[in-house]
Amino acid sequence: MIEFKNITKKFGKLQVLEQVDLSINKPGIYAILGPNGSGKTTLIKCLLGMTIPTSGQIFVDGQDTKGKWEFRNQISYLPQIANFPKNMTVTELLRLIKTLRKQASAEQPLIDVFGLKPYLNKNMGTLSGGTKQKVNLVLALMTDNPIVILDEPTSGLDPLALLELKKLIKIEKEKGKTILITSHIMSLVEELSDEIVFLLEGKIHFRGTVDALKTKTQTVDFDEAIAQILKPSHV
Amino acid sequence: MLRIFLCIILLYSQLNVFAQTVRVCKTCELKTLQAGIAQAKSGDTLHIEKGIYKEHEVIVDKPLTIIGKDYPVIDGEMIGEIIRVISDSVTIDGLFIKNVGTSYTSDFAAIRIKRSKHFLIQNLKLETLFFGIYLEKSDDGIIQNNYIKGNAKVEYQSGNGIHLWHCKNVQVLNNKIYNVRDGIYFEFVNNSLVQGNVSINNLRYGLHFMFSNNDIYKDNYFEDNGAGVAVMFSKFIKIENNTFKKNKGAASYGLLLKEINDATISNNIFQENTIGTYLEGCNRITYANNNLIQNGWALKMMGACFENKFIHNNFIGNTFDVSYSGGNTTDNRFDYNYWSEYAGYDLNKDGTGDVPFRPVKLFSFITTKVPESIILIRSSFVDLVNFSEKVSPVFTPEHVSDSFPSMNKF
Amino acid sequence: MFKIFRYSLSDLLRSSWSYFYFSFYLLLGFGLLFFNPDVSKSVITLMNIIVVFSSLIAVVFGIMYYYNSREFIELLLAQPIKRSDIFIGQYLAVSVSLSLSLLLGVGIPFVIYGVADADLVKNFLVLMTAGIFLNFIFVAVAYNIALYHENRIKGFSYAILFWLFMTLIYDGLFLISLMMFKEYPLEKASLAATLFNPIDLSRILILLRLDISALMGYTGAVFKNFFGTTLGLTIALFSLLIWVILPVLNIYRKGNKKDF
Repeated sequence: MIEFKNITKKFGKLQVLEQVDLSINKPGIYAILGPNGSGKTTLIKCLLGMTIPTSGQIFVDGQDTKGKWEFRNQISYLPQIANFPKNMTVTELLRLIKTLRKQASAEQPLIDVFGLKPYLNKNMGTLSGGTKQKVNLVLALMTDNPIVILDEPTSGLDPLALLELKKLIKIEKEKGKTILITSHIMSLVEELSDEIVFLLEGKIHFRGTVDALKTKTQTVDFDEAIAQILKPSHV
Repeated sequence: MLRIFLCIILLYSQLNVFAQTVRVCKTCELKTLQAGIAQAKSGDTLHIEKGIYKEHEVIVDKPLTIIGKDYPVIDGEMIGEIIRVISDSVTIDGLFIKNVGTSYTSDFAAIRIKRSKHFLIQNLKLETLFFGIYLEKSDDGIIQNNYIKGNAKVEYQSGNGIHLWHCKNVQVLNNKIYNVRDGIYFEFVNNSLVQGNVSINNLRYGLHFMFSNNDIYKDNYFEDNGAGVAVMFSKFIKIENNTFKKNKGAASYGLLLKEINDATISNNIFQENTIGTYLEGCNRITYANNNLIQNGWALKMMGACFENKFIHNNFIGNTFDVSYSGGNTTDNRFDYNYWSEYAGYDLNKDGTGDVPFRPVKLFSFITTKVPESIILIRSSFVDLVNFSEKVSPVFTPEHVSDSFPSMNKF
Repeated sequence: MFKIFRYSLSDLLRSSWSYFYFSFYLLLGFGLLFFNPDVSKSVITLMNIIVVFSSLIAVVFGIMYYYNSREFIELLLAQPIKRSDIFIGQYLAVSVSLSLSLLLGVGIPFVIYGVADADLVKNFLVLMTAGIFLNFIFVAVAYNIALYHENRIKGFSYAILFWLFMTLIYDGLFLISLMMFKEYPLEKASLAATLFNPIDLSRILILLRLDISALMGYTGAVFKNFFGTTLGLTIALFSLLIWVILPVLNIYRKGNKKDF
């Protein structure tokens, strides 16, 4: 379904990804983890075609994505920092994305879930960070696509919304989608993910289930396991 | 008393009986102009009927009135001169004269008046000509309402529309002249009047004028002439109410003045000329109430100009208002003019700006040194250069300044 | 592309910036046309302001808009649309909104003042052509600078520097070199030099209206041919078009390559 083949990305002298090979063939929830600067977001952006790899190829459904844009029809994406045009209202933004995607979309339930109704006619510039993130989530999840990418979906969310988000992700999973998540909230990762892809210094350092990670690091606690894997003995 | 009066009346009517009308037409007894003149007696009137008369070298040697009916055509067939007047008191009216011969050695004209007085040349149409109306040592006459259209291509193969040489007391009125070498040409012509003429599209000058004193030029219109209007080596002339327009080119002037003394130039319009008025060696000229609009250089003073006065003129939208070269004395005055470039203020509300205006820009000096730099006019850098020069003049003459620049157009 | 253009334009047309910019020209237009006794003087002032000021606003506003919509661009980049459409669409929206402010801001006073005077209408058309070209050129340049520089301060500095170079420094160097090499034939060189500066090019459009009498005073045949016929106008317009096309092509190229 998704395949990274020998992906290398350099920003000038800085090497961010180094010959990454990763294939995701089954539906499920994949958590992409790693310390700051390990290349998580870059990997996701490469997949979306927002960042162009220095070398290597990426296939979505067996199609090379280089220079293409149509494959993005199959991907829902939640960007990390949601900063929208200040003079646009929420409704307008929704309408824009809807016209751009030309897909059936179900934003109404999401609006209700996140309680965005009172904000629909407000300009984006006037919204708080959390509300913006909710709008961001609505935009990402309102269309029905086989691949869902969520980059730090929890940032700025209140506990109630977080709970709703978890539910939503689970529902998406039930539909048989492939979901990629990056997050710093380890409990969320532990609870949701089927598999973990751990990036370190631009390479895949570990790939497997949460349990496999725990076994490998001989810990019972997930946080502990993550801390262990970063230790030199495991590197 | 009454007897004397009756006698005079009687004498006049007697004269009228003697003066006869001679008809010339294609079916008449007299078939040519030449024959008509030969037949007529002094003081007779010749009526030329409509038709085409192929004639040249027609000599008018007695006082006659020659009148064309419905513009009979006198066709010179490109051979030589067509009509020559060598007698006083000749009137020529209403002829269509064409095809004057071209020569490199003789100045063939449609009509030449030689050493004659009291002539009246009017309502003629002249086409395809070398010289049009050529006056030679002739005085006290009128040339009016003529239409002259040449086909001048190069200077040495073309002549002038109305050419006066050594004349006085001549009036040149309301003529229209196109496409000749010089529209109106004056050399050694004194005490004459040029009024209401239109001179357009001539190869060299609309009006060309030398060694002629005490003349008046008014209400004339000059447009798009190769070199504009040139007035040289003359004294006591008045140039009033004329329009000088669209004379564009490297050697093209609205009005070129060279060695002119004691002239008055007033109420004229100089518009869209490369150089509005050019002065060289001119003294005691009063230049007042003129409109200088959108010229390249409104005034160019090129040396040896003394005691000239520029007053109450409107300088509007010219690229350069005044260009001033060395060699002019400091007694040329610019006062009470309106300058559209003036950016000063009038706090005491007396209608004149409180700070003097300096019409000479540094950049106009630069363009004389490096002509190509003209392409940079109105660029911010040039504005900056001009501004800094305005603040502390180094290159531009300090005395060329209008101390009482008017805040409003006249 | 058209969707991005439409959305960005409606976004821009509601921003207070556009209103401010529009009112600036409106006030300027009214002030110059109605409270100045001399129309030809007003036109000259207006021309100076449009050449210098609209290019400055275009480059500053262009770069500001890009930086401010950076995250929005990222949002769009994840959508199933062509990358270049985003940049070109936004670029067109910024250029068109600035041009609308200019066109209406100056146009309304002109229309109210009366368009009966054919000369005034021609001057207005030349003014607008020059102004609109400058908007499209300087916004394109701003987008180029922004695409190459993530650092806003750097981007801003380069944008201002570019404007300063084109309005002032270029002509200064130009004039100095003309004076240094005055022994040589400079006619073609000086015409060629103007082609490389969009400010000079739009100035030429205006000179052809205002200073043609002075320009015809130059003796050289090349100048005469350039300014005396429609050749000059054609070349100037064509060069301005090139000045739009080249940076836009590079926005297209760089937009497809750039990492976000």
